[in-house]
Amino acid sequence: MDAVELVLAGAAENLFPARLQMALSLGWHIVFACFGIAFPAIVVFAEWRGYRRGNPTLTELAHTWAKAMGVLFAAGAVSGTLLSFEMGILWPGLMDRFGEVFGFPFVLEGFAFFIEAIFVGIYLFGWDRMSPRAHMLSAVPMIVSGIAGAFFVISANAWMNNPTGFRLDAAGNVVDARPWAAMFGPSTWPQFVHMWLAAFMVTGFLVASVYAVGMLRGRRDRYHRFGLLIPLTVAAIATPVQIGVGDWIANTVAANQPAKLAAMEALYETKAGAGLSLGGIYVDDELHYALEIPYGLSLLIHHDPNGVVPGLEEVPPDQRPPVNVVHLAYNAMVGIGSALLALAAWFGLVWWRRRRIPATAWFLRAVAVSGVAAVVAMQAGWITTEVGRQPWIVYGIMRTADAVSPAPGLYLGLFAVVAIYAVLTVFTVIVLRRLAGRHDTPAPQDVEARVG
Amino acid sequence: MTPDSVLPEVLLGVMFVGLIAYGLFGGADFGAGIWDLLAGGTRRGRRQRELIEHSLGPVWEANHVWLIFVLVVLWTAFSGAFAAVVTTLYIPLTLAAFGMIARGAAFAFRKSVTTLPMRRFFGAAFALSSLVTPFFLGAVVGGVASGRVPPGIAAGDVVTSWLNPTSTLGGAMAVLVCAYLAAVFLCGDARREGAPDLADQFRARALVAAAVTGAVGLGGLLVLRADAPALFDGLTGRALPVLVVSVLAGVAAIGLLAVRRFVLARLASALAVATVLVGWAAAQYPYVLPPALTIDQAARGTPTLVAMLVALVVGGVVLVPALIYLYVLFQRAHPEHPGSAPLRRTGAA
Repeated sequence: MDAVELVLAGAAENLFPARLQMALSLGWHIVFACFGIAFPAIVVFAEWRGYRRGNPTLTELAHTWAKAMGVLFAAGAVSGTLLSFEMGILWPGLMDRFGEVFGFPFVLEGFAFFIEAIFVGIYLFGWDRMSPRAHMLSAVPMIVSGIAGAFFVISANAWMNNPTGFRLDAAGNVVDARPWAAMFGPSTWPQFVHMWLAAFMVTGFLVASVYAVGMLRGRRDRYHRFGLLIPLTVAAIATPVQIGVGDWIANTVAANQPAKLAAMEALYETKAGAGLSLGGIYVDDELHYALEIPYGLSLLIHHDPNGVVPGLEEVPPDQRPPVNVVHLAYNAMVGIGSALLALAAWFGLVWWRRRRIPATAWFLRAVAVSGVAAVVAMQAGWITTEVGRQPWIVYGIMRTADAVSPAPGLYLGLFAVVAIYAVLTVFTVIVLRRLAGRHDTPAPQDVEARVG
Repeated sequence: MTPDSVLPEVLLGVMFVGLIAYGLFGGADFGAGIWDLLAGGTRRGRRQRELIEHSLGPVWEANHVWLIFVLVVLWTAFSGAFAAVVTTLYIPLTLAAFGMIARGAAFAFRKSVTTLPMRRFFGAAFALSSLVTPFFLGAVVGGVASGRVPPGIAAGDVVTSWLNPTSTLGGAMAVLVCAYLAAVFLCGDARREGAPDLADQFRARALVAAAVTGAVGLGGLLVLRADAPALFDGLTGRALPVLVVSVLAGVAAIGLLAVRRFVLARLASALAVATVLVGWAAAQYPYVLPPALTIDQAARGTPTLVAMLVALVVGGVVLVPALIYLYVLFQRAHPEHPGSAPLRRTGAA
């Protein structure tokens, strides 16, 4: 295909650039959304402890984190705005036909985000305009609306996985749309809780990793110890709970999306007593070089070693997701999650026995990589969910290929989005590094006081 | 009228209130960025830029959520019309979205860096995107209002739907209105922060912007008569009383600016701008996508509309007080707070 054809690609050719653009935009946004969900609670916790104990180190930490939170929230807000355009620009078929069914949670999310934006403004800029008590109280709506916003967005995604709350007439048109019912399908709660905990893991491990790097470079002062301790504690509490929630969500997928589960496990034949496969490559309906735990899958899904698990052979070939992507992404998520669980256990054990952070350099190195690892695990989880749903955009009802825009020129949009996110990523990192590196950088709320 | 035929209009009306709020708050916000662009060199423009940054800092994110609000109401209650608009007009919408990303990120990042080259770079990104984003949004409005978006997915021309006389007029008007609103707004802010000289600078800009906006607006009617006759007929017919109010409010605002009644001038300016938008709505009624798709045809099922109306009322009850609190908190003067000090002339300046 030469350049002109590429630019003027029609609907069939649009599927690839549209999916890539959506994946890139969502994957970028989700990291910042995690901070929008989890960081306010962590920051206010530090502020509250600092205030109650009269501990200036904690107050200073909370202050620095608040500045970073402002930057991260802005990056999340602008990337989220782009997403709300892309929903229609890239997937008009979906919005046209099903907007009235699953658009409603986005309306509620709009309110939640609005409230969050208002109170983020109040929190960041009210630092020395309000009493400490009023200031910390202003964080409560910020925390609540961050979590509520996540719930509404996830409920829309859960609807795409398990569409409920409407009927189709003989011609395939939506009739009797019931938006409240659509919001609370079978996947909504497990998916939301899974994502909510993931947000605390990603935020906790990422913030802790910044201070672990600092401590490895020899800065082992109180500031760095608290900076590592608070977020790592949050992440260490969330991790074991997340493993349990993983079981819940796997069961939901097994019950509602058997093809996705079969792809996650790269299981072709329907089997009783199916084993749990780790790694391997799926070629010609067979998984090669995998490590198998006998009866593992049946135990996991049915809590019975001889339970029957349906394989990919149950669905026609044109309705199967790309198996290798889903299987390996799923394995990556579970593998990294287990490693993070081990790290959390190591930390928890030493803290419980000795009331201190493990002293070895290896522990700090592990914490230093845990942040990126948690992000990779979360992205792998989303790849599992989204690619595992393919070829459906609305599971079992509408194919992704039928939802994509037929407008010419989507490749140009993809290239532009790639360029913009590359630039945005570089500058976000630069700004955050400057915030982390210099304690004396004034907070946004101080900036007016400095410039004169 | 049955309740079923009123409901879509009520909902579209609520969405339009959101659009007006975006036009006023988001518009003033974009306009401040435009003045940031025109403030002059690093030293000369410093105090103006500080005032702008100081005024926008706490509120810029909230100002722009109105747009998301408009989008989500449109895609849930009028899904088909939404799909038609965004696919036919995806180029200016994508460019506007890029502008919002560059603008928001640059503004937030600028506050967090201290070195001059970095502040300059982010400042330039913020100011330039403040100029182009409202232009593209105005071009989108022009494309819809001139009947260039047919119902159906990507059914219109993806280029001429926004590169045409009415869209160009819409874009130019959007930029001018933003600049005007911001200048009026910043007059009041500058005086409250104890910088009467800055207030006078913005007052002069507001008067110039008002004159240019008024001239382009009236001259634009000729463009519309040639390029979008249906819209022209609506504006000079049914919407005429609204446009008269707009002109009167605009003239009153100029008078109030002349006598330095900045708070009243803000209200008059807001009225003048809001009535332009209402005039557009009145001219195009009852069509969502003129000349083919009416509000009733575009509206989706009653349970969805009812659920949204409930959500909008309940959400509004939570949202509006919070928003007022935000604006009041940061509109209060702070004699004891060092934040207002640097805006005053200091030392030899």
